[in-house]
Amino acid sequence: MGFSDADLQAIWLTLRLASLVTILLLLIGTPIAWWLARTSSRWKGPVGAVVALPLVLPPTVLGFYLLLAMGPHGPVGQFTQSLGIGLLPFTYWGLVVASVFYSMPFVVQPIQNAIEALGERPLEVAATLRAGPWDRFFSVVLPLAKPGFFTAAILGFAHTVGEFGVVLMIGGNIPGATRVVSVQIYDYVEAMEYGQAHWLAMSMVIFSFLVLLALYTLNPNQRRF
Amino acid sequence: MKTLTTTFSAFALIAATFATHAETVQVAVAANFTAPMKLIAESFKQDTGHTAEAAYGSTGKFYAQITNGAPFQVFLAADDNTPAKLEAEGMTQPGTRFTYATGTLVLWSADPALIEDGAKVLGRNKFRKLAIANPKTAPYGASAVETMKALQVDQMLAPKLVQGENIAQTYQFVSTGNAELGFVALSQVFKDGRIAEGSAWIVPAEMHEPIRQDAVILKTGEGNAAASALVDYLKTDKVKAIIRSFGYQIQ
Repeated sequence: MGFSDADLQAIWLTLRLASLVTILLLLIGTPIAWWLARTSSRWKGPVGAVVALPLVLPPTVLGFYLLLAMGPHGPVGQFTQSLGIGLLPFTYWGLVVASVFYSMPFVVQPIQNAIEALGERPLEVAATLRAGPWDRFFSVVLPLAKPGFFTAAILGFAHTVGEFGVVLMIGGNIPGATRVVSVQIYDYVEAMEYGQAHWLAMSMVIFSFLVLLALYTLNPNQRRF
Repeated sequence: MKTLTTTFSAFALIAATFATHAETVQVAVAANFTAPMKLIAESFKQDTGHTAEAAYGSTGKFYAQITNGAPFQVFLAADDNTPAKLEAEGMTQPGTRFTYATGTLVLWSADPALIEDGAKVLGRNKFRKLAIANPKTAPYGASAVETMKALQVDQMLAPKLVQGENIAQTYQFVSTGNAELGFVALSQVFKDGRIAEGSAWIVPAEMHEPIRQDAVILKTGEGNAAASALVDYLKTDKVKAIIRSFGYQIQ
């Protein structure tokens, strides 16, 4: 036995999806984390809570509302249709959008923690040396908070690879577009093809172990979550 | 002392009565049979005093759970292969397997105007997505693929297919409008002898292999009075009428 062509397609799709989502999340999540770490606005609590929602909501809730929101009668669906790009469910881009929501807290929270741990002092010093806001971010925050960004990227990637419930709800199981590894494993189990299921499932266990091992070995002092 | 003995015997009598007449059976029920099973469980309780506690899910998942010691005593599957497989593996009580319902496939849309002239909507191909249940794991999905082959539209429609993991999810894709139409179980959209909402084409039975749904008493159900009572009850005319009212056939 071994991986079938369908398995390899699912693995490749999963890696592409997780990589893109990780990049997008670092771009979107960093300003949010920065704002959450430094603001004293009364919106800090509500925004932080919304970002953290996917941590506690079952994926069925998130998937169900995404299906309704991105469907032809939902606000997101009407917006995407008016843009002329059609509907998002059952497409690769639909999974990208869903995964960005779903994995958001895993990226925002480590970065936010890292920035909060820096405190005001390094930034004030940099400002007295006439470093502008962008310069302060790239020359001071980024290097000092590097472990936080590292943790964020790994967790965001790994969590997207491990996503299942949301994909099941909005994916439609289309080979090469939405049939990711976790769904492929589920199909094997449902079809009682346990041998094939073991191959993929065991690969997932080993992959996840290696990812977490890398995280804890290379980055031992960072707060985990 | 006498009163104590009397009280004790009274308790023993009540306990014995409950033991023989009101047992509980745990039933694993195919998702497409959810609605009829709820009604059947109610009248089963009224007519026999026994309680049927149902869990609803996919047949493949139930197979995995049953072979790994799940505490179900009766299994109402969505197909005939899985109960036969369990029987061959010695997981069932021999001689108890029978077809309790034959499923009817329907092409359904939430849009009341979409399916006006039966199967022709498939040939016109003027829709974005067509939902089916996963043909590898769900009998209704396999029948949907057979039907499309019989109509010679399978190749043309292949790029438009989206798959639900089971028939309940397939229904969800169609009812939310994310897929304009889809092949679902008639029992999901049938109420009081007619299609409850949207538009539909009931697929003629000769377009695909019959969707035989078999029931069986599992090894764990041996000696459980409620288990055999339930299986007998499923064969009564009263229950057959309930099952038919949801659009199933009974042979």
